[in-house]
Amino acid sequence: MINETSYSKRQLIYLLILRFAIGWHVLYEGMAKVLNPEWTSYGFLQEFQGIMSGISQWILSNPQVLDTVDFLNTWGLVLIGLGVIFGFLFKPAAIAGSVLIFVYYLSTPPLIGFEYSLPADGNNLIINRVLIESIALLGLALFPTNKIFGLDFFMQSFLKRKGRNGRKK
Amino acid sequence: MEERNKTEQENINNKEGSSEEKKSNTPNKLSRRSVLKALAGLPVAGLFGFELYKKIDYERNKRSKIIRVLGLDKIDFQVPDYGNGKEKDLIRIGIIGFGVRAVQISDALGFIHPIMFEMKKRNNTLSSWLEQENLHVAITGICDVFDQHAENGITIAQNNFRPEVAQLPVKRYHTYHEMLADNNIDAVIIATPDHHHARIAIDAAKAGKHVYLEKSVALTEEELNELYDVVKNSNITFQLGHQITQSTVFKQAKEIINKNILGKITLIETTANRNTADGAWIRHLDRQGNVKPGDEKSIDWKQWLGNAPYVPFSIDRFYNWTKWFDYDHGMINQLFSHDFDAVNQLLRIGIPKSVSSSGGIYYWKDNRDIPDSLHCVFEYPQHDLTLLYSGNLASSRSRGRVFMGHDASMELGNDIKITIDQNSTQYKDGISKGILDTGSPIMSFNQNAGKIDAVTSASEKYYADKGLTNTVIGGKQVDVSHLHLREWLDGIRENKTTSCNIDIAYEEGITCIMAHRSYIEKRQVFWDKENKKII
Repeated sequence: MINETSYSKRQLIYLLILRFAIGWHVLYEGMAKVLNPEWTSYGFLQEFQGIMSGISQWILSNPQVLDTVDFLNTWGLVLIGLGVIFGFLFKPAAIAGSVLIFVYYLSTPPLIGFEYSLPADGNNLIINRVLIESIALLGLALFPTNKIFGLDFFMQSFLKRKGRNGRKK
Repeated sequence: MEERNKTEQENINNKEGSSEEKKSNTPNKLSRRSVLKALAGLPVAGLFGFELYKKIDYERNKRSKIIRVLGLDKIDFQVPDYGNGKEKDLIRIGIIGFGVRAVQISDALGFIHPIMFEMKKRNNTLSSWLEQENLHVAITGICDVFDQHAENGITIAQNNFRPEVAQLPVKRYHTYHEMLADNNIDAVIIATPDHHHARIAIDAAKAGKHVYLEKSVALTEEELNELYDVVKNSNITFQLGHQITQSTVFKQAKEIINKNILGKITLIETTANRNTADGAWIRHLDRQGNVKPGDEKSIDWKQWLGNAPYVPFSIDRFYNWTKWFDYDHGMINQLFSHDFDAVNQLLRIGIPKSVSSSGGIYYWKDNRDIPDSLHCVFEYPQHDLTLLYSGNLASSRSRGRVFMGHDASMELGNDIKITIDQNSTQYKDGISKGILDTGSPIMSFNQNAGKIDAVTSASEKYYADKGLTNTVIGGKQVDVSHLHLREWLDGIRENKTTSCNIDIAYEEGITCIMAHRSYIEKRQVFWDKENKKII
């Protein structure tokens, strides 16, 4: 098992930079939606093609469901971003973030024959930056830095103390 | 899993046992260094917060600068007394002509068919419909030459879905004359095919009934002049059925025009593109492709023809009357009239000095008279501007409605987009300072942001894009026809004029007749202002 105590200093610095960069991006994606009350996933969901289009059409046809999706997405992004930056509940946050970003990828995957009305960022074939971010965030869950460089450290020591006290009794 | 936890535990224990950590006396206390490490995210979050604040501040500043440069300090439009639940005098309404449009008007008045009730329930539009203000009306008379339409009208008028709406007996009249002679009718809504409009409206005004007339106002100059004189010399409240003025977006556009944000406007382009059989007025078949009901037994054909030349009964003519010049003027009356109203209500340009129209039947080569490709040029030298209309029934490419000014252009539909002109004089400073971007719309007012409209057919979508279906008041979707009818009904109660009164109707009627005559006579036609005559 790879563990953060066994990373070299350079490895640790790199992992922290990657963690803060992705956390920053995810947090701002969420905050931008919080700050724009007119934001809705409506236009985004309309673009869905392929396997996800059935679900997106269902969401679009139910205003209440759309509102719920908008709310969960916005605050999900904010909480995931905070979790990743602060290293709080890091693993679940990173995995949830990776899955969420992967869903974004699935909405407009740059597959051959799929064309979208919104212009793409750069030139992509199957792999795009969204997919890479999703993969990178999953990688961070596999190379955790939260138990030393994160609030999970406190949780860990709290649980540990509890465990010790338990043993004393 | 347990094993991994154990390893991690051990690792942490080892770490604590290392020389750096020995300063802490008891194993339960956390070392300062570990705590600092654990808070590594804090400076990052702090920097994020700082940058976010800067960004918000920048955006707010930019926005307020744009608003200041444009002189739009506050844009908030409400219908102040809407939905206040005030009791009003009951108005008894008769509807003449109960086709598709009358069904929509009844809906706007608060009356729907039981089938429609179930449909609204299913597509989640029932609650917003029930929240619509009670207009304090009762539909007490239905007049239609077709039995099925009349029966449909009676079912709708006997509404029992809104307990607060008055219930009075509903009577069917076989001719409109009978309805106009009845003292139990206060006001009439005319939603017949166009060739009856002026005649019925004239007779209604003479009978002292208030009139809500669907567009178009009249097919001939003579009828229009007579209608104008009769209404002017009566005490009735007249409203033409152009509902766009009721839309919040329209009020915003008016503010933009009033504040001279666009600069001098010299060109307005209005367009209509549709590409379906329904959009080209082929409507005698149902969804399964079967001919819709109606025959000489159930339709009073002679009355339906009215003053139009006699032709044998035709289901095609009955449902698709827009296709023939005897009953309508096609795109000019059905579509351009709405565009003209929008432009005229905003700029009050009135009747043009000249009109030239051209076009032809290039796609729908059935038995129609009306062109499916039509282009009209209206010249207003008195206002230094040209109004263009271009309609096509064989392409659905959307071209919008654009007001082109020296300083900015405005696209007006279901929302407003303002684009600053790169060579503007008024905004030269703002452009050079980088406050105003000329590459894309600088402001857009979207009343429906984040909301979904239940728009069903392609023709419905066409009207929605033109701002002719719904608007938003206090965050709620409201049918603009409902507001337009409400304005008419309040006008009746308070003896006030309406937004689409007889003067506006006259200007529109003349303009449309000029455009039609130019197409027929293949020449430029002029308006003789002194003699009030088309020449």
